[in-house]
Amino acid sequence: MIKRANTGHTAGSLSSVDILNVLYNRIMGVTPANFDAVARDHYIQSKGHSVEALYTVLADAGFYSAAELDTFSSGGSHWVGHPTRKVPGVEHNTGALGHGLSVAVGLALGMKKDGLPHRVFTLLGDGELAEGSNWEASMTAAHYKLDNLTVIVDRNDLQITGLTEEVMALEPLVDKFRAFGYAVREVNGNDIPELVEALEGVPFVPGKPSLLLAHTVKGRGVSFIENVASWHHHVPSDEEFRLALSELDQAEAALNGAHR
Amino acid sequence: MKLGRANLDEFGATVLALAEKDRDVLVVTSDSRGSGKLTPFGKALPDQIVEVGIAEQNLVGIAAGLTAAGKKVFAVSPACFLTARSLEQIKNDVCYSNWPVKLIGISAGVSYGALGSTHHSLHDFAVLRAIHNVTVVAPADNFETRAALTSALDYPAPVYIRLGKRPMYDLHEPDAHFEFGKAIVLRDGPDVTFVATGETVILALQAADKLAEEGIRCRVISMHTVKPLDEAALLAAARDSKALVTVEEHSVMGGLGGACAEVLLQAGVHVPFRIIGIPDEYTMTGSQEEIFRHYGITPEGLAQTAVGLLAVAAVD
Repeated sequence: MIKRANTGHTAGSLSSVDILNVLYNRIMGVTPANFDAVARDHYIQSKGHSVEALYTVLADAGFYSAAELDTFSSGGSHWVGHPTRKVPGVEHNTGALGHGLSVAVGLALGMKKDGLPHRVFTLLGDGELAEGSNWEASMTAAHYKLDNLTVIVDRNDLQITGLTEEVMALEPLVDKFRAFGYAVREVNGNDIPELVEALEGVPFVPGKPSLLLAHTVKGRGVSFIENVASWHHHVPSDEEFRLALSELDQAEAALNGAHR
Repeated sequence: MKLGRANLDEFGATVLALAEKDRDVLVVTSDSRGSGKLTPFGKALPDQIVEVGIAEQNLVGIAAGLTAAGKKVFAVSPACFLTARSLEQIKNDVCYSNWPVKLIGISAGVSYGALGSTHHSLHDFAVLRAIHNVTVVAPADNFETRAALTSALDYPAPVYIRLGKRPMYDLHEPDAHFEFGKAIVLRDGPDVTFVATGETVILALQAADKLAEEGIRCRVISMHTVKPLDEAALLAAARDSKALVTVEEHSVMGGLGGACAEVLLQAGVHVPFRIIGIPDEYTMTGSQEEIFRHYGITPEGLAQTAVGLLAVAAVD
């Protein structure tokens, strides 16, 4: 998608695709058939720039044909560089950072008012935690005891300029989230069984919003992209593209081998 | 003309009546239930008021999320903060995402008077006009307030309604017709047209009274919807009149006057024309009334502007 369009957010999509995979294929019961209903689980992607991961998972979930992905970022396509509701399966338009959490809080609050048992999941980047609106929304989530809300932070330690801790230090992040009223768990966000186990356990504490700090590797799966800040929205060259696919093919083959 | 109550009081009563009939109606406030005249609402329907604290960005995002959950949401905050602090949330989470939130800007314009420019909203028409997918409304009296809120309830797209604090005269018959985007002609006359919005409409009517004493007959239009503008009503007025004056409690840049100028010039309709509002300067300090007087937003000031324009028209 990114290679064809010659634009996109490569590394952040790779860090978060495992989380999305688990949410859509194991945790949430969101399907094209029930999408128009309020009474179902919901997902708001606050880190809108990792849209390639979302588009891929939604295609896989049957919201549209994978062929649509070939139109990514081309003139007239709804599959633009940040999610919009014009794309089937997308719940809210994001892209400006620090917006998704307030919307997720509103959704969770509305569903709680109606006594619905469904949950709201939202994915935040770590860099966007510098936006103050996240902390406004966090206060509200705790105040209204929104235990139907799970906030997942893609903690890949990098943002476009460099390490989050050098750009604007976030740590001690767990303490901050606890102080704001979340029940916090940490996982390896690129480990599928760990993600499944943690997300099957929400709410972590009844009466509290859940926060899953998912430690991930930005650019996960491709050796020369992993942990390199400049890959934030770098597009691979032909040679890099070939190498990346070959590494991912090898990883897939290894996984298939392990399951035999 | 009978003096009614402040449009804000009318808002508090109307939204309570709407919410009593429909439990999906919610109001969301940012420590603003007192100034929003929602204290009785909070007591009567505590489950239908959502407090978010002093956090206007969060207010608008939460309003979008509640709307996504099927609620009919009035997001209530001082207009100055709602349309500046939360502008990106209005743009992205409400308008771009198309959640039909009802954005209620309270104590709008210079209603807060001597509290100073932090509390004035003289930019809201301009910024919201430049954002796609929001209807912008400034009711002139209690009737227009009630009608705008009722129309907004099930409207399928976002609406911004700005309300003031000062008691307003009733300008309409109770059976008047109100529709977003349809101006209301309050008085007709062939000489000068005043196109006014919000709390300045009464001042234009009073100016028309003064001018009538001098034999100058005016058309007065309540352009309650600043966007989408009733272009047909504007063009008809400009063609029928010798001069046209726009009046608003807003910067002279980018608001009602600017919207009218865009339409008139592009339609090739040329009429002596003046935009009356707050000029682009450090706003003088004082009450709403003192600020209005300082900038000629008074019956006398508007009448004087009209006479000056008629002199220009006579030379032409």
